[in-house]
Amino acid sequence: MEPFLTLRSIEKRFPGVHALKSVDFDLSQGECVALLGENGAGKSTLIKILGGAQSPDRGRVKLDGEEVVFNHPTDSLDAGIAIIYQEFNLVPGLSAGQNMFLGIEPNDYGWIRRGDEIAKAREILNRIGSTIDPNTRCDELTVAEKQMVEIAKALVRKARILIMDEPSAALTNKEVERLYELVDDLKAEGLGIVYVSHRLEEVERLADRAVVLRDGARVGELQGDEMKRNRIIELMVGRAMDSEFPTEDRKVGDIRLRARNLNKGNKVKGISLEVRAGEILALTGLVGAGRTETVRLLFGADVRDGGIVELDGKELDIQNPRDAIKAGICLLTEDRKEQGLVLGLSVKENFGLPNLRAFSTNGLIDRNGELNRFDHYVKSISIKISDPDQLAEKLSGGNQQKVVLAKWLEKNAEILIFDEPTRGIDVGAKFEIYQWMNRLAKQGKGIIMISSELPEVLGMSDRIMVLKEGEFMGEVTNGSDVTQEKLMAMAIGIVDDKESENENS
Amino acid sequence: MKILKKLLSSDYGMLGVLVALCVFFSLITYENQQPVGQDAADRLLGQIQDQFEEPGVVLVAGKNSEDGREFVSQLEEQLTEGGWKVEAAIAGRPIDLGKALREADDKKLSVTLLACEQSFADLPLVANMKKSIPGLSQIEVVSPESYGWPNFLKSSNLLNVANQIAVIAIIAIGMTLVIITAGIDLSVGSLIAFSAVICCWVVREWMGGPDATVLGMIVACMLAIGACGILGAFSGSMIAYFGVPSFVASLGMMMVASGLAYMISGGLSIYQIPDSFDWLGRGDSFLGIPNAVVLMILLYLAAHFLMSRTTAGRYVYAVGGNAEAARLSGVPVKKVLLWVYACSGVLAGMGGVVMASQFRSGDPKYGLMYELYVIAAVVVGGTSLSGGRGKVFGTLIGAFIIAVIQNGMNLTGVQSYTQKVVLGLVLLAAVLLDMLKKRGWKLSS
Repeated sequence: MEPFLTLRSIEKRFPGVHALKSVDFDLSQGECVALLGENGAGKSTLIKILGGAQSPDRGRVKLDGEEVVFNHPTDSLDAGIAIIYQEFNLVPGLSAGQNMFLGIEPNDYGWIRRGDEIAKAREILNRIGSTIDPNTRCDELTVAEKQMVEIAKALVRKARILIMDEPSAALTNKEVERLYELVDDLKAEGLGIVYVSHRLEEVERLADRAVVLRDGARVGELQGDEMKRNRIIELMVGRAMDSEFPTEDRKVGDIRLRARNLNKGNKVKGISLEVRAGEILALTGLVGAGRTETVRLLFGADVRDGGIVELDGKELDIQNPRDAIKAGICLLTEDRKEQGLVLGLSVKENFGLPNLRAFSTNGLIDRNGELNRFDHYVKSISIKISDPDQLAEKLSGGNQQKVVLAKWLEKNAEILIFDEPTRGIDVGAKFEIYQWMNRLAKQGKGIIMISSELPEVLGMSDRIMVLKEGEFMGEVTNGSDVTQEKLMAMAIGIVDDKESENENS
Repeated sequence: MKILKKLLSSDYGMLGVLVALCVFFSLITYENQQPVGQDAADRLLGQIQDQFEEPGVVLVAGKNSEDGREFVSQLEEQLTEGGWKVEAAIAGRPIDLGKALREADDKKLSVTLLACEQSFADLPLVANMKKSIPGLSQIEVVSPESYGWPNFLKSSNLLNVANQIAVIAIIAIGMTLVIITAGIDLSVGSLIAFSAVICCWVVREWMGGPDATVLGMIVACMLAIGACGILGAFSGSMIAYFGVPSFVASLGMMMVASGLAYMISGGLSIYQIPDSFDWLGRGDSFLGIPNAVVLMILLYLAAHFLMSRTTAGRYVYAVGGNAEAARLSGVPVKKVLLWVYACSGVLAGMGGVVMASQFRSGDPKYGLMYELYVIAAVVVGGTSLSGGRGKVFGTLIGAFIIAVIQNGMNLTGVQSYTQKVVLGLVLLAAVLLDMLKKRGWKLSS
C-alpha cells in the first residue's frame, strides 16, 4: 500500500545532543508500525515532531503526498495526527464526554448542545468497545479507561494516525489484551498506528513492521518473522546479547528481614514475608495487587495499621522513612521522577540527600567529601552525567535510577527494595541494574524486587511471592519448573499454587 | 540577544538589571556638586597649596551650620599646620565676616587670603572688595571648586538607599526560605508591627521606660523577636502537621498578629523609651555604615552560608523541589517546614525591632503592606514561586532593585503614585522573566 505519511531526512539538534540524524519514516493506512529504541534513541523527539510540539531543523514531512509543516500541536491534530502520551491529557474534573469534545464542543452561539455531545461520545465509545458512561468524571476512571477516553478523543477529532507512547505500561494484562484487540480494530478501520514500546513481546504480537532507532539514527527495519526478541535487542543496543539476565552464583544465608501480618486498610491484608541474606525475593502480581503498598509499609512511607517488622531478629519501630533508612532498609521507588529524585536539585545533591549526616559535621556539609564519594559511584556504576551539578531532571531514566541506587549504596543499606527497577529504562542500563542487584545480594544483603515483567521475575529472583488485591496468593522457589503461565495463574487467582502442584504430580 | 538571555538565565541574572538601573539613574541625576564640610576643607586646602608657595595670613569663613563649622575648624587646623597664620576663623553670618574683614583693615594687617565657602565668595561685599574695603584689595579670595557628580552616586544617598531597604531586605531572607519550600508567608507585615509594639511595650512597662538600660533594651528586643518566632512556628506547625495551605495559615496569622499588636498598644504609638534606642536604626558605629545595613549584610552572609553549605539549607531546597521524594530520602520534611516558618517569624521580628528603632517608637500601624514588598523583592530576585529554586543573594539584589527604583524616582521627582505603577510593572516583568527562563525563552508553552 502506498504510504500516506512520509518523513524524509529529519534532522534535529539540541544543545549538546544530535537527537535525530537524517531519519526516514513511512506509515501506510491500516498499518501498525512499532517504533523502538533505547531511551534517548530519539523516539520521543520523532513523536514530538509528528505532533507539532517540536519542529525539525531539516527534512520534510509529507501527508497524502503534500508537504506539511507543523508549528503547533493543533496543526498536526487538524491534519489528523493524534498522540496519546504516557501522561494523559485529560482534565480530571470534567466528564469523559466533556474531555472528548474539549475545545470542539457542538454548540449554538456558545450554548453547548449537551444531548448531542453525550450521544456522540457514547457512539464513539461504543465503536471502540468501551462501556464507559460519558458522564463519569475523569478522575474516577481507571488508567485503562482514561486511555480509552484518550483514544476516543482522538477519534472525535477524526484522527487518521494514532501515535501511542508506551500505551501498555500501566495496564493489567487483561486490559493489555483488550488494547491489542482495539489496535487491530483500528487498523482494520484504516487508521495508521505508530506504537512505541519497551515490551518486545507485544511488538511481535501487534506490529506489521518495526523501526529501530539508535542514538538518533535509524538502524534498521524488521518485518514479519524477522521481528524476534533477540534480533530487536541486537539492533537496539547494537550488539548481540548473550542473555537478558546476568547470572551469578550466590549463597543464600540467614533470614535478614522478616515482616509478619502487615496490614493497611483494604490495600494490604495480612502479608508476611522474609528475605534472607544473599537472596532476591520477587513480589509479583497484577496492577492493584498491593505489592507497592506492602513495601511502602516496610519502608515507613505509609504508616501500617498492624504488623511486625524485624531485621536480623530485632524488632524495628518504623514510623517513617527516616526510621527505616536508619535501620538500613531502602526503597528505590517505581516512580523516580515523582518520588525518587528531587528533579530541581543537582544529581550530586540528590545523591547526598540521605547521606548528609555522614558528609557533615555540626550541620556543615563537607562538599569535597560529598563530591569524592559521588565521583566514586559515577565511575563504579558508570552514571552518565556531564557534571555533578547537572540537574537530575536532565538525566535519562536509566541514569536517574543509577543515581538513586548510588545514594542508597552510600547509605550502606542492608535491605534494598527495588520497585519496578527497570520500568522505562533502556536495555543496556537494565542489564547493569540487574548486575548490581546480583552483586548486592552476593554481599549478603537482602533484596526485594517488585516487577510486573514475568521474564524479569523469572530471570532474576530466587523466590517469588504472588499477591492479589492485597492478599498473599502463593510463593514458589524459582526453578526450571516455574513458568510465566503458572505465575500468571496465581496472580489471577484462578489456580491455587498447591492445587497446580498436585495436578503436576 | 543570546548574551542577554544567558546573563538573565544565571542565578544572579538580576544583578545586571540592578547595575543597569544604577547606571541609568547616575546618568540622569548628574549635576554640579558643591562640596561641603570636611570634603570641602580638604579640596580647598589642595587648591591653596597649588596656588600659594609661601604661607601667609589667612581668614577662614563658613556658615554657622554643621557642615560650615566642620569646614571652618578643619581648614583652620590644617592651614595652621601648613604654616599659615589664621587671623580669624568665622563660622557665622555674612555680617560676621564683614566685621572681621573691617577689623583686619583697621589693624592694617596684610591679609593674603580669604578662604571661604562658595556662598560667602559670592557676597557683594567680597566680590567687590576694592570698593567696599579698599585696604584689603590685594586679598585673594578662594572657595572650594564645584565638581560634577551624580546625585544618585553620592555616598550619603547610597547609604540612604541601603538603610531604607534594610527592613524589607532582612525580612525577605525568611521569605526566600519560605518561597523555596513552595509556600508563602503573608504574616510578616503584621509581625513587624507586633514585634515593634512588644519591644517598646516591654521597655515601657518593665525596663523603666525612658530610663531603661542597654541590657534592658536588648532583653526587650530579644523578647519581641522570640515572640515573633513563636508565632511563625505556630503557623509553620499548622502548615506542616495539619496540612493547612500556607496562604491561609499565614493569612490567619497576619490578622492575629496585627490584632495582638493593637491590643497590647491600645492602638496608640508607644514612645516612652530611651533616646539611645535609635542606635540600631539611625546609628552608624562602623565605618559610617548604618547599623541596620551592617545587620542586614551579616544576616545575608549567614543565610547564604546556611543555604549553600549546611544540611538544613539542602533540606529546604529538597522539600521545595519535591517533598515526597525528600521524605522518602529520609528528610524530616515537617520539621523543615516548621523551622522555615519560625525563621521567617524571627526575621520579621528583627525587621520590626529595626523599624521601631528607626522611628524610636512602636506603633501597631507599622509594616502595613510590607509583606507584598517583601514578596516582590524575593520574586524580582529570581526565586521561583513554584519552589525548589532560588538564592538568598538574588533576593538581596531584588530588594535593591526595588530600593534603587524608588530612590531614583524620588531623586528625579516622580510622584509617589506613579512610583507604585512602576514598581508593579517591575514585579510583573520579573515574574514574566522567570516564566520565560523556565520555558527556555518561548513565549507560550
